[in-house]
Amino acid sequence: MAIVTSFERLSEEEKHQRFMERIEAGEKIEADDWMPDEYRMTLIKLIAMHGISEIMGALPEKEWVPKAPTLRRKLGIMAKVQDEMGHGQLLLRVAEDLMAPLGKTREEIMQDLFSGNLKFHNVFHMPAPTWGDAGLIGWLVDGAAIITQTNMLDASYGPYARALKRICAEEVFHAQHGESIILALAEGTKEQKDMLQGALNRWWDALLMFFGPDSPSTTGTSKQDITIKYRIRTKTNEQLRQDFFTKYVPRILSIGLQLPDETMHYDETEGKWIYRQPDWNQFKEIIRNNGPKSKERLRLRELSYRHNAWVREALSGSKATV
Amino acid sequence: MMVTKPEELHQLPAYKEALVELLFQLADDDFIIAYRGSEWLGLAPHIEEDVAFSSITQDTMGHAAMYYQLLEDIGIGNANDLAHGRTAAERRNAILLEEVNGPGHYLHEPQYDWAFAVVRNYFYAQAKKVRIDSLKNCSYKPLAQVAVKVNMELYYHLMHWRTWFVQLVNAGGEARERMRKAVEKVFDDFAGVLSLGEKGEKMVECGLIDSEEVLKARWLQAVKPVFEQTNLELPSEFQMKRGNGRNGEHTADLIEALATLSEVYRMDPLAIW
Repeated sequence: MAIVTSFERLSEEEKHQRFMERIEAGEKIEADDWMPDEYRMTLIKLIAMHGISEIMGALPEKEWVPKAPTLRRKLGIMAKVQDEMGHGQLLLRVAEDLMAPLGKTREEIMQDLFSGNLKFHNVFHMPAPTWGDAGLIGWLVDGAAIITQTNMLDASYGPYARALKRICAEEVFHAQHGESIILALAEGTKEQKDMLQGALNRWWDALLMFFGPDSPSTTGTSKQDITIKYRIRTKTNEQLRQDFFTKYVPRILSIGLQLPDETMHYDETEGKWIYRQPDWNQFKEIIRNNGPKSKERLRLRELSYRHNAWVREALSGSKATV
Repeated sequence: MMVTKPEELHQLPAYKEALVELLFQLADDDFIIAYRGSEWLGLAPHIEEDVAFSSITQDTMGHAAMYYQLLEDIGIGNANDLAHGRTAAERRNAILLEEVNGPGHYLHEPQYDWAFAVVRNYFYAQAKKVRIDSLKNCSYKPLAQVAVKVNMELYYHLMHWRTWFVQLVNAGGEARERMRKAVEKVFDDFAGVLSLGEKGEKMVECGLIDSEEVLKARWLQAVKPVFEQTNLELPSEFQMKRGNGRNGEHTADLIEALATLSEVYRMDPLAIW
């Protein structure tokens, strides 16, 4: 009790300093702890975006769930997409706790999504026209997600770190599910191989963009400095992209695929991968919901939201009368 | 009589014929309703429901896979081919289960009807429960064993759909009205779900499953308290307005569904996917 009282008496700067000391000592911040507004707002934005991306991420794969070519693949992709929805739910709950003191709820998250205020990951704006795309999403998009999420496993915000731990464990299965689809195609007929190479070509730039711009000068904004300052993440966007190359370029080549970037190579002296930059102006357009499938997928989400309004009403009504 | 292994069926052609027919009904029912469930992905009323519904769908597809596997074990064909390669006329699922979720396509302008989803899934899950309980005593042991496995998951499916059903009907207003209409619509075809088809009597004779009449009575008994609780009228007879799927009668909805779900498979049925 005494400790609580004395903490309340501290000035904002002193509170902030205590807070920074805590996270620098590796302590975890919990939902009810004092936190700087900037920290709260950064987390809300980051986690709501992550959560909604998991949910929007189900949509490119949605097309392929009914069409998966065997019973085993049907079961695999169903399980995978269900996990993604589960991650979305888990993350939205974490975001909701952070938003509660601001008097905001999930309703606001959904409305922000529809209005374009809340962005979702660039990769989920892209088309997935073949079964090869379904495999590639599992293998490389989930593979990229594992790299960015592992980077935040030790995040200073405890509820997020714990959610990520569970998510990462499941993402490993997704990457294996994707890899299994990919390997079957890579060892298959010419048509299957072509389908796979086509998918890689289509997704390459989006995969590079997935990690975000190298610096704010590329696109005008980047939250990476703030998230590093608050110990939410440790590595920069570029370090993560390099980790992705190191992990996946050899694998891509080993199954007989060609990189869609002929300039790509590892520079021994610099100790890094040299690659062709994706079009960052296009990235800006994509996350402004002007990507190839942005409108269509938002429309699906919005339609279901509108079309099921009567269900939400019925549920809230019955709760009120119980 | 008790048959414990597929090999024993060589001596029992009539028994085998009835068994195969029953397995196709079970497999095709679960396969097509799971397909309809997978179209709902991302469109459920809230995210929690999306998670729950897709879990049920996945279980149901798993059940279909187990029945197709039993058919494969008997030598009827490869499970994947049986699931993906048969025409509509060869299918044995009930017509109610092949019906579209609502207007629109699962990727374009879907206007799916949650009331229909709840009623169809609840009534089907209950019919499946009655059937599975009977199959636990099936004279074909491998099917009886599968029934035990299916039963464990089915318990949760049934609870899930029953909860939705009661909650929405009892919410009154628009929800009740929509649910009442969905109940009417489902009853128009529900006799097809309870039907065992032309070979039904033979199935009963072989000790594979209880008769249609017994199964129907058990179904009515199971839903009676729920109808009372929600103050809905429970008819004693259902209809089969569009024919009996057990005998290969189907609608254009099934033809379209099969084209979609086998699109990749048909690109090269011999390839490894």
